[in-house]
Amino acid sequence: MSDFVNETIESVHKALVQKEFSVTELTQRALDFTEKRDQDLNAFITLDKDGAIKQAEEIDNKGIDDDNILAGIPMGMKDNIVTKGLLTTSASKILSNFTPIYDATVVEKLKAQGVVILGKTNLDEFAMGGSTETSYYGVTKNAWDNTKVPGGSSGGSAASVASGEVLYSLGSDTGGSIRQPAAYNGIVGLKPTYGRVSRWGLIAFGSSLDQIGPLTRTVKDNALVLNAIAGVDNKDTTSANLEVPDYTKNIENGVANLRIAVPKEFLAEGIDPEVKNTINLAIEQFKSLGAIVEEVSIPHTKYGIAAYYILGSSEASSNLQRFDGVRYGFSDRTGKTLEEMYQNTRTEGFGEEVKRRIMLGTFALSAGFYDAYFKKAAQVRTILINDFNKIFENFDIIIGPTAPTPAFALGSENADPKTMYMNDVLTIPVNLAGLPGLSINAGFSSEHLPIGLQIIGKAFDEATVYKAAFAFERATQLFKQIPGGQK
Amino acid sequence: MSEVLSKDEAKHVASLAKLNFTEEQLDKMVSQLSNILDLVDTLNEVDTNGVEATYSVSNNVNVLREDMADNWQQKDQLINNAPESKDGLIKVPAILDGGDINE
Repeated sequence: MSDFVNETIESVHKALVQKEFSVTELTQRALDFTEKRDQDLNAFITLDKDGAIKQAEEIDNKGIDDDNILAGIPMGMKDNIVTKGLLTTSASKILSNFTPIYDATVVEKLKAQGVVILGKTNLDEFAMGGSTETSYYGVTKNAWDNTKVPGGSSGGSAASVASGEVLYSLGSDTGGSIRQPAAYNGIVGLKPTYGRVSRWGLIAFGSSLDQIGPLTRTVKDNALVLNAIAGVDNKDTTSANLEVPDYTKNIENGVANLRIAVPKEFLAEGIDPEVKNTINLAIEQFKSLGAIVEEVSIPHTKYGIAAYYILGSSEASSNLQRFDGVRYGFSDRTGKTLEEMYQNTRTEGFGEEVKRRIMLGTFALSAGFYDAYFKKAAQVRTILINDFNKIFENFDIIIGPTAPTPAFALGSENADPKTMYMNDVLTIPVNLAGLPGLSINAGFSSEHLPIGLQIIGKAFDEATVYKAAFAFERATQLFKQIPGGQK
Repeated sequence: MSEVLSKDEAKHVASLAKLNFTEEQLDKMVSQLSNILDLVDTLNEVDTNGVEATYSVSNNVNVLREDMADNWQQKDQLINNAPESKDGLIKVPAILDGGDINE
């Protein structure tokens, strides 16, 4: 085993417990493979070679506990999640020299399980984008086709898993940033319910929308990682004080009599015909597994993007005020006054897309425009939430495509920001409503690019989402298809 | 092109956001933002009369905890992260254009 494409967390855990290889050997192999594969893929901004080996040796010294499923397994951490003593850039120049002095709660929890953090994965700058092309540290390639984008913003996390560099990565999802790259790379990505996972230590983008979640090869692996990172945290006052179930417990129970809603807007105009066909086949698959599938309507789907770009950008413009060159990160000291230092630092430190969102958000929040934009968007958010609530009175899950198309060509959508934004039309409503959403591979396009199926659940009902995804995965076995990588 | 955002307004917003743009960059920004605001204007098709705004989907209202000092001995590490420091304090350029008071 030089990579992880034919492995699962359970299979590697078993091998570690049976001492087929040590954690240090496993980590060294993962580092060697990743270093080689990343020359083309560029999934990682920072590969923590020394730190990973040191963590691995410590775990070897302690020994692997059979009950501790994640112990000793190398993983990738999205570079907007802070790691103590390890460079954390959020893919921005403004944090190009930032080494945090604390761990995010999810990092703390994983370290307590004895995981090995192989490094920090690439993303769109401050998670703003859908292709990982706005990173200050170069583009990441799609694991299936190096002429295509990996999606974004968690493009590095998705590509690192799909290519077999690591078994799992963490990502963050504000408008689709876990699910869309998972779809483009043919893997499983979950955005948990808002409040399920602590956001402490996640560099904030849109605080009412952001969630951290796992990207994995299989559904069960995903549930195992969520088990480890979910739960209330007194450092995040929006984290939910609810018990965390074992998400693997009922995962194999099947979908017989499960009530599934398919919003007609999710298969309407603007959705690629190959995507439509693949999702229709998935619907037939669920029916043959005993589920009850019916068409419904989420009439305000199309307003999601507009509401999101106002709310998300407004929250971002507020959150990104902290990057002022005073306390940490890049600082431009060529000007004379403090005011000039602020302006020069931010002008030099932020990329184009980040500046565009700051400008949009600052405008939407500014005197005279607040009611027309910010408040209006927040009201439309309520209406969209009501659309979802109405459906969940009669259904257990909602399914549809994750994205309107398969992965697009590198560089093809940079000219007009609006084109890029439209890729998130099917994922954004889920963030606005705070619901859990998962993407799983449902098949391939004629270019052999993966097509993602999105499964949306009721708030805090990730268990049912996983159950449905597992049944689909068991029936299709698509996870066994692995990328060739080069074209 | 929509007149939603004028160049003067964009200049004002840039100053609020503490960002500098060249004239050329500002023209491009105005055009792109106007394009995005055209999309945003579709929200006016939705009747929101009497609809409450949602600013957070969290059910938490007030989350209280003991006011205890925790993990606080990090001053040196924090200062080390600052671009410039002096005598254990973070150093910044002069607030007014009167030169550096330390020199």
